[in-house]
Amino acid sequence: MEAASIAETASAPPPARKVGDVLNAYALPLLLFGALVAQFIYEPTGTLENVKTGLSNGMVWALIALGYTLVYGIVELINFAHGEVFMIGAFVSTSLMQTFGVTDQTSLAVIIVVIILFLALAMTASATLNVLIERAAYRPLRNAPKLAPLITAIGMSFILQNVGLLWRPTPDQVPDLIGSHDVYFTIFKVDVLHSDVFAVIVTVPLLIALLWFVGNTRYGKAMRATAQDPDAARLMGIDVDRTISLTFLLGGTMAGAAGLIYALYNLTVRFNMGFTAGLIAFTAAVMGGIGNLKGAVIGGLIIGVIQAVSDGGNFLGLQLGEAWTPAVVFGILILVMVFRPQGLFGEETREG
Amino acid sequence: MTGSVAALRDTGSSIGGWLPRWAWMIIALIAAILFPYIAGSGDFLDASIQTLAYVIMALGLNIVVGFAGLLDLGYVAFYAIGAFVIGWFGSQQFPDVNGGKGIHILVSDRSTFQPKLSGGKLDIAGIHINFFFVLFIAMAITALWGVLLGAPTLRLRGDYLAIVTLAFGEIVPRIFENSTSGLFGIGSTDFSHGRQGITPIDTINLPWSHDILYTDANLRPAYWVALGMVVFTIFVNRRLRDSRLGRAWIAVREDEVAAASMGVNLVRTKLWAYAMGAAFGGFAGVFLGSYNNTVNVDQFEFGFSVFILAMVIVGGMGNIWGVIVGAIALSMMNRYGLPQLNNLSEPLGFDVTAISFGIFGFFLLIMMVLRPEGLIPSGRRRLELHEAEIDGDIEDARPVGDMSQMYEVRQ
Repeated sequence: MEAASIAETASAPPPARKVGDVLNAYALPLLLFGALVAQFIYEPTGTLENVKTGLSNGMVWALIALGYTLVYGIVELINFAHGEVFMIGAFVSTSLMQTFGVTDQTSLAVIIVVIILFLALAMTASATLNVLIERAAYRPLRNAPKLAPLITAIGMSFILQNVGLLWRPTPDQVPDLIGSHDVYFTIFKVDVLHSDVFAVIVTVPLLIALLWFVGNTRYGKAMRATAQDPDAARLMGIDVDRTISLTFLLGGTMAGAAGLIYALYNLTVRFNMGFTAGLIAFTAAVMGGIGNLKGAVIGGLIIGVIQAVSDGGNFLGLQLGEAWTPAVVFGILILVMVFRPQGLFGEETREG
Repeated sequence: MTGSVAALRDTGSSIGGWLPRWAWMIIALIAAILFPYIAGSGDFLDASIQTLAYVIMALGLNIVVGFAGLLDLGYVAFYAIGAFVIGWFGSQQFPDVNGGKGIHILVSDRSTFQPKLSGGKLDIAGIHINFFFVLFIAMAITALWGVLLGAPTLRLRGDYLAIVTLAFGEIVPRIFENSTSGLFGIGSTDFSHGRQGITPIDTINLPWSHDILYTDANLRPAYWVALGMVVFTIFVNRRLRDSRLGRAWIAVREDEVAAASMGVNLVRTKLWAYAMGAAFGGFAGVFLGSYNNTVNVDQFEFGFSVFILAMVIVGGMGNIWGVIVGAIALSMMNRYGLPQLNNLSEPLGFDVTAISFGIFGFFLLIMMVLRPEGLIPSGRRRLELHEAEIDGDIEDARPVGDMSQMYEVRQ
């Protein structure tokens, strides 16, 4: 945890925990896990299927959640426009795929090369956008009360959503490069699709790379120092402005990758996909303890599973389904915020 | 330094100085009452009526955000609840009530759209309660929900509070939308007609009168009803602001810990703010539900919460008159300003009205960067927001990239 948490508290030894605290700390994860087990007994195959879908969907949420958690850890700002950065990433990759006329008929080697190239381009585009957003909308307000950057973030989010609307007024199809919905292999009667495997193959290296970057490099150290105490970091010779830019850059990179995965996974993109995705990913970030990178990843996976189970329709006899999923996710967000503002596994954060 | 403080404190009263404040208020009220005779009775009057409803909502949100300093991004939830209260108590939504004969309280055949009276008696199905009663029923219900939704957020501050309220704002419309056959498959009452929404809604009639108050050809009475509601809202807001409770709100906004140690009951104070803010959301919601003649889940989007919040912020948080100006400006801009941009569509090559929210977001951004205190800020807010500049006179001016404020723990 040490290396992967960018908003760590001071090194004072944690106070001894009382029974009540321990109960409190484990109650929510246990509750969620218990619900999942109950659902598994209630409907075994369907639940396994949902867990699989949830985990691969959760990869996307995890990537977006990292952007939230990085930025919040450093500047204590909910980057409302982050969901839109993800949307633009998906749009860029869709456009690339459409323009260069790659289809699933192209040979596998070419497809792999092309996807890696497009991934790099989408990541660059989103990262650039995220850095520009910080320059335009947040940096001028560093001296303002906290409310101000939050409002500009919302304004930025609206602007980008409308850019997306102009770009693609209607939902658009994505060329199916990887045969997304073909079965790759079957395990315990659950069909694992190409898209699931693809999501894992792309996400896991990125996550490891990011954790390594933040934990082991000089820049990562600068980020952690800035998160802990910006003034002290400046006194130590860290260029705080540049570090913040770097943080937005990293967040944007992850969002761009998430955009490409999402596009190939769902094979359709629309201009308003960013808002909901952003809120879901933010829920994931909060769930894992905001500022905590590994927590964000785990939170993303948990949210993915919750979402898939809720989409599945019948939860222990309650009629849920896709129409209810946003309400379920936000309900859990509220539960976590109210009872565990430091996250399910979290250390205390400044907000908590 | 004293000079700049004095300049900031000076609320620009030089124009208003030659008449007492109450005289200005009476003049403004008379002008507002006579306004429909100038505005004609067409589209502009319709826009004005909608605007008045938005003014009420902005004033309600101002209690939560401006006075008590609790950032609420889910205000649309209370609009939704208020609108659904009139949807339930003023339409044929529940046809089985009272054995299909319906319940009628001080309504007439005209206001409930009953085609033919059977034996001189109202027997249209559903619950029909007079609009003016529903107004206060809705206020009570939304106030209660304000407390219920506010209670879990009491421990939270700043951004977290904003997110939780946003989540509530998303959940409440979803619950209405999905409760077409009971809730979660329990029961089978249709509460909302799903995405189609509830329509028609009873129109307004005075409790003692058989006639409906206004028609599409003559909207003036609807305007006066809305104006009356606005005056009531302003009155309550002013009295609240200057009351013990109002001062407690401001104390909580400025510094929670200090307020608590001075004996302000934080829980009670915050819950009252939520309750009062929510009540006015419901108040306006009832009017809009009846006036638009439909209650539809599509009306209750996150964008609407931001729209109302922007009115409060653009006008000047915490200042009643500023918020009113902000609400009128934004509402009219939304109705007339943005469609004007349609002329630009041709040269630019795309439909500019499609991106109205983007333009709106752009205004919000510019506003926040250039004048974060709003058009007509409350004196106290202005001092707060320019603290840095005033301090700057004493110490050295702060460099532009200074981060210290952003990291301050106070919210």
